[in-house]
Amino acid sequence: MNESNNPTSHFRQPLLLTPFHDRARALSQVDSFVPWAGYTTVDVFTTMEQEYFAIRNATTLYDLTPMVKYRIAGPDANRFLNRLVTRDLRKLKVSRVSYCVWCNDAGNIIDDGTVFRLAENEYRLCTAERQLDWLLDSAIGFDVQISEVTAEIAALAMQGPTSCAVLKQVGLAGVERLKPFEFGNFEVAGLPIMVSRTGFTGDLGYELWVDPQQANALWDALMSAGRSRGIRAIGSRALNIARIEAGFLLPNVDFMSAEGSIRIGTGRSPLELGLGWLVDFGKGHFTGRRALLEQQRRGLRRQLVGLDIAGSKPALNALLYTDRTGRKEVGSISSAVWSPTCKRNIALAMVEAPHFEVGAMVWAEVYLNRELVWERRMCRAQVVEKPFFAPERRRLTPPADF
Amino acid sequence: MSAVSPARTRYDCVVIGGGHNGLSCAAFLARAGRSVLVLEASTRLGGAAVTREFAPGFRVSAGAHLLHQMSAQLIGELELEHHGLQWAAQGMSTVSLAHGAAPLTLGPEGQIEGQGIAQDLRAYPAFATQMRRFAAALNPVLEKTPPRLGTDRWSDRLNLLGLGWRIRRLGRRDMRELLRIGGMNAYDLLTEHFSSPLLQGALGFDAVLGTNFGPRSPGTVMTLLYRLAAQFGSSTRGVALPKGGLGAVSDALAGAARKAGAEIRLETPVERVLVADDRACGVRLHSGQSISAGAVISSADPKASLLGLVGAEHLDAGFVRRLTHLRTRGLAAKLHLALEDLPMFAELPPAAHGARLVVAPSLNYLEHAYNHSKYDEYSQAPALEITLPTVCDPTLAPRGKHVLSAVVQYAPYQVRGGWAQERTAFTRRIIDTIAQFAPGIRALIRASELLTPQDLEQEFRTTGGHWHHADLALDQFFMVRPVPGATQYGTPLAGFYLCGAGCHPGGGVMGIAGRNAARQVLAQAART
Repeated sequence: MNESNNPTSHFRQPLLLTPFHDRARALSQVDSFVPWAGYTTVDVFTTMEQEYFAIRNATTLYDLTPMVKYRIAGPDANRFLNRLVTRDLRKLKVSRVSYCVWCNDAGNIIDDGTVFRLAENEYRLCTAERQLDWLLDSAIGFDVQISEVTAEIAALAMQGPTSCAVLKQVGLAGVERLKPFEFGNFEVAGLPIMVSRTGFTGDLGYELWVDPQQANALWDALMSAGRSRGIRAIGSRALNIARIEAGFLLPNVDFMSAEGSIRIGTGRSPLELGLGWLVDFGKGHFTGRRALLEQQRRGLRRQLVGLDIAGSKPALNALLYTDRTGRKEVGSISSAVWSPTCKRNIALAMVEAPHFEVGAMVWAEVYLNRELVWERRMCRAQVVEKPFFAPERRRLTPPADF
Repeated sequence: MSAVSPARTRYDCVVIGGGHNGLSCAAFLARAGRSVLVLEASTRLGGAAVTREFAPGFRVSAGAHLLHQMSAQLIGELELEHHGLQWAAQGMSTVSLAHGAAPLTLGPEGQIEGQGIAQDLRAYPAFATQMRRFAAALNPVLEKTPPRLGTDRWSDRLNLLGLGWRIRRLGRRDMRELLRIGGMNAYDLLTEHFSSPLLQGALGFDAVLGTNFGPRSPGTVMTLLYRLAAQFGSSTRGVALPKGGLGAVSDALAGAARKAGAEIRLETPVERVLVADDRACGVRLHSGQSISAGAVISSADPKASLLGLVGAEHLDAGFVRRLTHLRTRGLAAKLHLALEDLPMFAELPPAAHGARLVVAPSLNYLEHAYNHSKYDEYSQAPALEITLPTVCDPTLAPRGKHVLSAVVQYAPYQVRGGWAQERTAFTRRIIDTIAQFAPGIRALIRASELLTPQDLEQEFRTTGGHWHHADLALDQFFMVRPVPGATQYGTPLAGFYLCGAGCHPGGGVMGIAGRNAARQVLAQAART
């Protein structure tokens, strides 16, 4: 165990180390670490580009341990979760995963995450932010126990076209039969391991869940088995490009977590975030349902959309306008990147009605830094379908051998 | 009388709870032509406005024992006097008892009598008159459904404007004074005006009666004004005693409800509110029977109604959190004594024994009594509101015998050691306190009954055993009572309403919450 994980010395090093930290530290060439949910994690190992291309062309390891994990168990676990999230979880089968969002009373998103049904009355909820308080408030009136198990489970995301092949090579017999959003229990060199076909890249990929004691052994086994298939450890910067291409949202980047925002009007509903497909009004009551129905009845005033922007400069934090004069503002960009795979300048943006329909044209105000000389450019931007990148291989079961 | 068969299972409105607010609500709904069913869990109607036997031959108002604030308008609207409501006493005086000294008597019109500090005797009438002017300005607030902010309804805006206008119309001096004292505590206000401990104690007691406050707690001028404002609108010129005890009010309300066509079923506890398509559509009884209804109105307290009968699964998590934070722990107990004869209170003429007797000889006495409750202890020297109802209404006891009924503060809901163990000691403590003023009383006691907040919770089915269902405090009052999201008698669940003391204007036997809720139900039906 690391010295920093000792609860009596936390003040010496406020950020915790994940079970994969020693391995990551050894591979880090640029010493670029960032804090994430109380842990030190890698931003970049070598270069962002190298790592990004490994996601799309080979396979990658990303340390997911800081992702907040809750164990939810008890006779009312299903009723509790079904009232918590906007999606219908009544028929979620054991060994299936569901991507969900949950809202406050006003129908604004608190967070998104994945729900794993581990057993009849036992679930795991994985989220970006800590929110035990909200879960406990939501548990009033339900016979359910909730505990945070983040430190008890080491997690690795293994994403990229060759990920399935590497897993098979390392000895996970039958892993190719896992369908998207399915998980199963396997063994690697005698170590029990849970594998889910989930991820944050929009590509073929898996997430691996193990006892922290076995973290290094798993890492070593994967790295050695994957060498011939281009395996590479990646940091969060490369992952960020992939998740924008896949159209996935980040809390507190693309939307403010409703219970964490202070200003009135900064909360965003799943309908506004283009996640209406996650909202099931027919499943019975859930927190925020009445507010969302009312919002739907009144019509949306804004929506999060994908933009395809002229030029090649990422339109980071750009304001959007109806025309190039920039007189009437109609939204702003929350995530932007040059997509190396799509060869498009893409962004996620919150756009006001009626400009959020696919095909609508807006103008983005992009600032360019040319050797410390700043230029302002108005770039044409078109509302387009998301995701920007959705290869067939992400769904194909069994995956092709690359 | 309605001609429906008892097996009927479909009504326009089902009212849960046959307390005074439930009955008032049912009466107004039935008069508007709705088919109404009232479901009462216990064997008696009235809830906490009930008269029952507590010792063979001795009857008492087991919950509330005085009418402080029954609405004159409501008594008129429902013709309660035609339905048998009669008065044993009206405009009752308050007698503040002193240790070894002459008591102080406060009359319903601001009169004061007693041997005290001459300055106070002169100052009191002017103070009382000013408070009554404030009360008159605020009284309409209690009668109406509170407005909501952020709606675009004109009724809400007019309501708020009306309140502002009434305060403005008090005149510059009075308005300034009202705004100055509105957020003060009773201790500061009363020591500003008076120096007689007996007078301060009696007025301070009114500020904290039925609350979780001591006289130095913030907001106790508001609770004092609240009590006065309600009294101002009462037809009984202040505190009154119905003939036959408080149960007579409930009987009259039940009479009015039945005459209007409402059906009432006793011993019919409700297990669950039925929900379909995100709307309350009826109730399921403990017996298993289901009754469907277009609107379900609960006079139970907000927690029992929403967390118990509806269930958290039909509500949003943030709303449920607010509900669980609603302060509903009772702090008052009730003592009933069956007496062989009228106990004689020292220095009190026999005729004055029918008055409202208050044991709160000073503000510090009250504050000391309150201090205990903060640490899960009962008061060593409790404050008391004593009535001897048999002085004005001999029908409550066998000939020549008497009943003493006392509200006792402070008795926390949970007491260290548990009430089962502390009950006898506390009873003795209260009787000792009374005996300081009525020395011969111990020999007269034939039977006694103590109702702790836990007993009140059991008998009247109120979460926490609170007299007012939920504390009357600035943050649980008027526009935010009981909690944001359940104001104006509606709830987040369409078709489900609250009409109990947990709603505006709160506790005290008034019947206003029931009437206002009925109006909201009718208005909602008209709107949709």
